[in-house]
Amino acid sequence: MNRFQELLANPALTEALPEALVETLVMVGIAGVFTLVIGLALGVILHVTAPGGLRPVSWLHVLLSAVINVTRSIPYAILMVALIPFTAWLVGTSIGPIAACVSLTIGTAPFFARLVETSLREVPSGTVDAARVMGSTRGQIVRKVLLPEAMPGLVASITTTLVMLVGYSAMAGLIGGGGLGRLAYNYGYQRFDTAVMIATIVIMVILVQLIQWIGDRIVRAVDHR
Amino acid sequence: MISIRDLRKVYRQGEREVVALDGIDLTVPTGAVHGIIGHSGAGKSTLVRCLTLLDRPTSGSVSIDGSDLSTAADRDLLQARRRIGMVFQHANLLDSRTVLGNVAYPLEVTGQDKAGRTARARELLGLVGLEDYESSYPSQLSGGQRQRVGIARALASDPRVLLCDEPTSALDPATTDGILELIRDLSDRLGLTVVVITHEMHVVKKICTSVSLLDRGRIVEGGALTEVASDLGSRLSAALLPLPEAALDTAGPLVEVLGHGPAADVPVSAVIKDRFGHGVRVLAGSVEDLAGVRFAHHLLALPDGADDRTDGADAVVAFLEQNGYRAAQRTRTQVETAQGTAQDLGGAQ
Repeated sequence: MNRFQELLANPALTEALPEALVETLVMVGIAGVFTLVIGLALGVILHVTAPGGLRPVSWLHVLLSAVINVTRSIPYAILMVALIPFTAWLVGTSIGPIAACVSLTIGTAPFFARLVETSLREVPSGTVDAARVMGSTRGQIVRKVLLPEAMPGLVASITTTLVMLVGYSAMAGLIGGGGLGRLAYNYGYQRFDTAVMIATIVIMVILVQLIQWIGDRIVRAVDHR
Repeated sequence: MISIRDLRKVYRQGEREVVALDGIDLTVPTGAVHGIIGHSGAGKSTLVRCLTLLDRPTSGSVSIDGSDLSTAADRDLLQARRRIGMVFQHANLLDSRTVLGNVAYPLEVTGQDKAGRTARARELLGLVGLEDYESSYPSQLSGGQRQRVGIARALASDPRVLLCDEPTSALDPATTDGILELIRDLSDRLGLTVVVITHEMHVVKKICTSVSLLDRGRIVEGGALTEVASDLGSRLSAALLPLPEAALDTAGPLVEVLGHGPAADVPVSAVIKDRFGHGVRVLAGSVEDLAGVRFAHHLLALPDGADDRTDGADAVVAFLEQNGYRAAQRTRTQVETAQGTAQDLGGAQ
């Protein structure tokens, strides 16, 4: 049996690996959607309520900012463990890819919210003034001016966030989240199956490259600056 | 018609209160092109922000065609703002939209249907000469073209008033003249009332029918362009009709003379020689047409030792005043101050 046939005969690679990849994609996909929606909303609120913003609300800005900072200062490895009871209460179990999405979303949404806030802040105040002078409502300014004008930065932030999610999802695998993280741990670390370890790393690298490549393409397409 | 009454704006900077606008009163009649000139820090930007209610004035009122903006509730303010078209120094276009999308924006926020706003935006682009650029993005245009898009956009909501904040300060001289001509032309064709805020006298000379000088939050001089220009000794006159830098290499008295209309076409030194028998030296002079009226502005050196009463400075000044000129004896310091004023307001040659 040559090397290649040996690999094909390894059930960890032929059966467990595709399954783990799907689990990882499910985690990144679901947590990604929630992160983007929640993070975008929080980022917009942060920007709009900031002093000198469209609708300054000091207490809300300070409160939200503090909550985001607290969440961001907890390392993900600790956050996911700390959130086990909450996850169990929310989705009925603390095991599996769906359960992992809870801590993944809570871990990355605040980070994405900050990136959104930064992107929105880069829209020149003159552009917003122009929109206000033309009689735009605040909602119209957010939807028709701030978000479209910040789009290149927002897409780049989404890319960064998704890449981070891929990394976090592997960590989530260690406490029962499933996916490529668990595969690498179970086979590569505990069973010394180097082939699985390497295959996992290669797939993760390809996944990240793919996300970054697609993200960069979209940024280029939406950037008219 | 724009009517500004006792407009005040006080900013709080920590403990300190900064008075940015200190009781502005101004009326701009319908169809006028009014320039508001002042150097940086005079309150121009604050005035613009208060006129568009981007900042609420501390007190006073701004009304356009009789309706008061400063007391309008937030919802009415959106409507009121749409009656003012605004042109910004840096155009402030939306980079994410095409030229057509930018011009259509004001119509989009008022909820006009897509076909209607596209047709209107195309028409406006024709008006500013950019019909071939509708699917370009702002970053693909030159500064002058971007400003034309800005003007088209400002006109989209059919405003009664066009407020231009330093519309040409970011442009080169040739492009500046093109944009100014466009603004003037649009004002004539559409019967717009135009207010141009600027720190460059060139802009005022080129398009304005009236002008105000803003200094430390107050309007300190103002009126019809020809009126303020002929007010010898005023700051606006010094800046509108600047004299070239002159070497004051004479011991005799200096006399500044301003003639307009027919008086501007007669050589003033010859007039003086005919009357007094002695010649005068012209140290500096300039002839300019402002709002269709010719102005001749001279700095004369009278011969040293002439007797004040018979043929010296007093006699010459009195004679010139009687003959339709504005004239005054000047010290060297006064001449230099006038030069400084002209420089300050961007009118120096």
